[in-house]
Amino acid sequence: MGEYADKLPKKMLDDLRDYLEKKGKVNESKLKKILDTAVDEYNNARVQAGESVGLISAESIGEPGTQMTLNTFHFAGVMEMNVTLGLPRIIEILDGRKELQTPSMEIYLKQPYSKGKDIREFALALKETKLSDIALEFSISLIDSEIEVKLDKEKMKSLNINNSYVISSIGKQVKGFNAKDNKDSILLRMKSKEESVNEVYRAKEKIKDVHIKGVKGISQVLPVKRGEEYLIMTSGSNLADVLQLEGVDHYRTTTNNVDEIREILGIEAARQSIINEVFKVIENQGFNVDIRHIMLVADTMCVSGAVKGITRYGVVSEKASALARASFETPIKHIINAALIGEIDNLNSVVENVMLNQVVPIGTGMTDLIMKPKNGKN
Amino acid sequence: MVEVYLNSKFVGTVDDAPAFVAKIREDRRAGNITSNLNIYHNQESNEVLIESSRGRARRPLIVVKDGQPLLTEKYLKQLEKNEISWSDLVKQGIIEYLDASEEENVLVAFFEKDITSEHTHLEITPLAMFGLTTSLVPYSNYNQSTRVNAGSKNQKQALGLYASNYSVRMDMDVNLLHYPQAPIVKSIMHDISNYEKHPAGQNIVVAVMSYKGYNMEDAIILNKASIERGFGRSTYYRPSVSEELRYSGGLIDQISIPDKDVKGYKSEHDYRFLEQDGIIYPEAQVAEGDVVIGKTSPPRFLSSLEEYNLAAGTRRESSVAMKHGEQGIVDFVLLTENEEGNRLVQVRLRDERVPEIGDKFTSRHGQKGVVGLIVPESDMPFSASGIKPDLIFSPHGIPSRMTISHLIEILAGKVGALSGRYVNGTTFDAEPEEKLREELKLLGFRENGVETFYNGVTGEIMPAKIFVGNMYYLKLKHLVANKIHSRARGPIQLLTRQPTEGRAKEGGLRLGEMEKDTFVAHGASLLLKERFDSDKTVVPVCENCGLIAIRDEYKGKSYCTVCGENVEISDVEISYAFKLILDEFKSLGIYQRLHLEDKY
Repeated sequence: MGEYADKLPKKMLDDLRDYLEKKGKVNESKLKKILDTAVDEYNNARVQAGESVGLISAESIGEPGTQMTLNTFHFAGVMEMNVTLGLPRIIEILDGRKELQTPSMEIYLKQPYSKGKDIREFALALKETKLSDIALEFSISLIDSEIEVKLDKEKMKSLNINNSYVISSIGKQVKGFNAKDNKDSILLRMKSKEESVNEVYRAKEKIKDVHIKGVKGISQVLPVKRGEEYLIMTSGSNLADVLQLEGVDHYRTTTNNVDEIREILGIEAARQSIINEVFKVIENQGFNVDIRHIMLVADTMCVSGAVKGITRYGVVSEKASALARASFETPIKHIINAALIGEIDNLNSVVENVMLNQVVPIGTGMTDLIMKPKNGKN
Repeated sequence: MVEVYLNSKFVGTVDDAPAFVAKIREDRRAGNITSNLNIYHNQESNEVLIESSRGRARRPLIVVKDGQPLLTEKYLKQLEKNEISWSDLVKQGIIEYLDASEEENVLVAFFEKDITSEHTHLEITPLAMFGLTTSLVPYSNYNQSTRVNAGSKNQKQALGLYASNYSVRMDMDVNLLHYPQAPIVKSIMHDISNYEKHPAGQNIVVAVMSYKGYNMEDAIILNKASIERGFGRSTYYRPSVSEELRYSGGLIDQISIPDKDVKGYKSEHDYRFLEQDGIIYPEAQVAEGDVVIGKTSPPRFLSSLEEYNLAAGTRRESSVAMKHGEQGIVDFVLLTENEEGNRLVQVRLRDERVPEIGDKFTSRHGQKGVVGLIVPESDMPFSASGIKPDLIFSPHGIPSRMTISHLIEILAGKVGALSGRYVNGTTFDAEPEEKLREELKLLGFRENGVETFYNGVTGEIMPAKIFVGNMYYLKLKHLVANKIHSRARGPIQLLTRQPTEGRAKEGGLRLGEMEKDTFVAHGASLLLKERFDSDKTVVPVCENCGLIAIRDEYKGKSYCTVCGENVEISDVEISYAFKLILDEFKSLGIYQRLHLEDKY
């Protein structure tokens, strides 16, 4: 079996081995016959030279796209927890956007949390609390250029924080204030005297965003049970910080933000994430698209080492042919730039040849005439 | 305290909103304030909204007080005797118009017998919730609303007697149905609207069955003999118009038979129908290309090149001729003047349209379909009593669309035709199906409307019983004769040398970008090239500078405008569109070079 290692993929060989072992004894010649048939079948199933795989992928993903409906999916009962799905989501992924409409995470947990121990508390600890969440009122005294933050004592109790913790958080994140504990409220006084009124107002808005507790960017959490296991779904995403938390299974925890994955886990993980996310949407809509089409798209997006969207700034700008680039959005820009540096278009792909009414180098158009001159003469 | 808005503008507040609203309504009914005003108390947002702006959709309802409708027997009698009118009832507050928001505050009873003490209004008739054409759909309360909607839309496209003075009108693109009939199954709206004065369909015998697959996908089968008896025949009218325009310098168009030296002279044959005045005579049989109105225009004034031409000074031909694929008989010739005092000639063309394969027909229930086959009567299936249907409707059109009214109409039409009476099919107020079934039984038929049928070709008895009955069918204005189009070779555009677009210009059908993709996906690149060959050209290219050279056929050689004659110049086949874009590059100041290479 070993000699077939370079003829068949490992997965196929393993499957075959498992199957044959179950079936009982197979003699040498029969085994060879089986393996040879498998090799033949495998080679026949491979894509033929000259097949326009890219276009077929585009059609295979694009056609169901025309039928997709329903953009967002709401979690029952949880406010502000919805996930972009359907066509807008696919466009978002394939465009390689960095800012998502609805970033979200799936946080898998290690034992004992994954069995449901303290799951609620664990989830709530993740949720970001800002100063504005625990404040009742922000009031400004213009005379002293002072900001008074009235605190919600009950909320603070439930979050297990006290005034001094809040003061130190503010001190760390916003500079230029003297903070004073006033029991039910906190008084913040500008250090420098000559601040304008506008400055104070701006500072007030800034203070509202002071991070108090939890993971930055996680605005909503929802513990769910999937199979035997508990996990936490979030709206808002911060992979880097979540992975560092105690009790989080950092092998399986993931986010729907492809670019974030690329940044933290690398381009291969990003490629896999593109495949997973696109496939999830298509599956969710009840369509059946072969995963290899999506893989091909993900590959083209990631070859360069960065995630490039299928846009005129991304993959399309990398095309070798000036005519092909010009045929896709903003033609004049491409023509002028090509003229400036004297680009040569070798007419190697489909669009250019259609423009010139020449045979497209694909399928039956791939053939060329090769002649062997007799005795070195023609 | 409740906020009050008048036409969406805040005007004040009231303390007791219900009393305020009631007072305004009372005043309106008493005639103290305009009946055009509607008031609505929104309990949820606690606002009172008063609307008096124009353009709101409103509908009339009978006012009910203390469980009794105000419109009593007394008023009805007065109405009958023409002593009072509708507007009197509105003035007296017996009938009032409500808009959509005020309707939220009231409780409307459907029928008089439904009225309880809580009801505030009574529907004049349930039919009043529909528009005019929708009311013309019989038994529509048995249908899905979308189908009723489709049915009423279809009726608007039906051919009929569109105007009784049609013979003196010059309408563009109109049809007239021959032998129109009043429907057997009708609603009271047919009576109210005097439908029998301008009917738009015919009562025919419909069998629900399939026929050799020719009525798949909503197609219908027509009986050839029925067509010959006049079913679905119509006349199509289309006027041609021409005007003697005046130009600067006292020049004027002239309606006459063009002289032979006129620029753009067609041929003597094309002008053969014109009489001395240059206008065609009535009842002339014309076909494609024939001139209907002969006209010449003065030479174009500032076409500089032609001033030196000998032909300058000759008039241009500007006759009105029959378009591609058009034919018919000249029906009516009209000579008048238009507003500017120019002589105006209008010629109306008439063309009889006998139903043919592809014409569109429909029942009144959104069950439209095109003719798939016209069968000789001898091959039509026939019933035990010898009845041959005029039309065969496919049963596959029923389950998904659920147009029960279509089936009931067949049954009701059958009863009506057999007993010689009209059947009332008014929505919500029709003759019940059970009664029709009973009557049908008394007439000696199966109560469910099915009959034993025989194969018209072989004479064999059909194993299934076939549902037949009479129905009102409409011919829709979408006739194939006006739409049929094909092209093999034909005109091309001047700029791109690609085929023209559209039926009027005898154009081709575009093989677009996505269609191109399917060829690529199949790897059929040579076929793809052939498809896009429509604008191919051969251009000489200078191999030295890469620009397009010039071919001098007279001398039999090519030369390059930059490099002269002593360079290699090769002919290359490219699309004309590409030659054009190269020219555009040049106009942008971009020097594009073509590097030629041996192909093989």
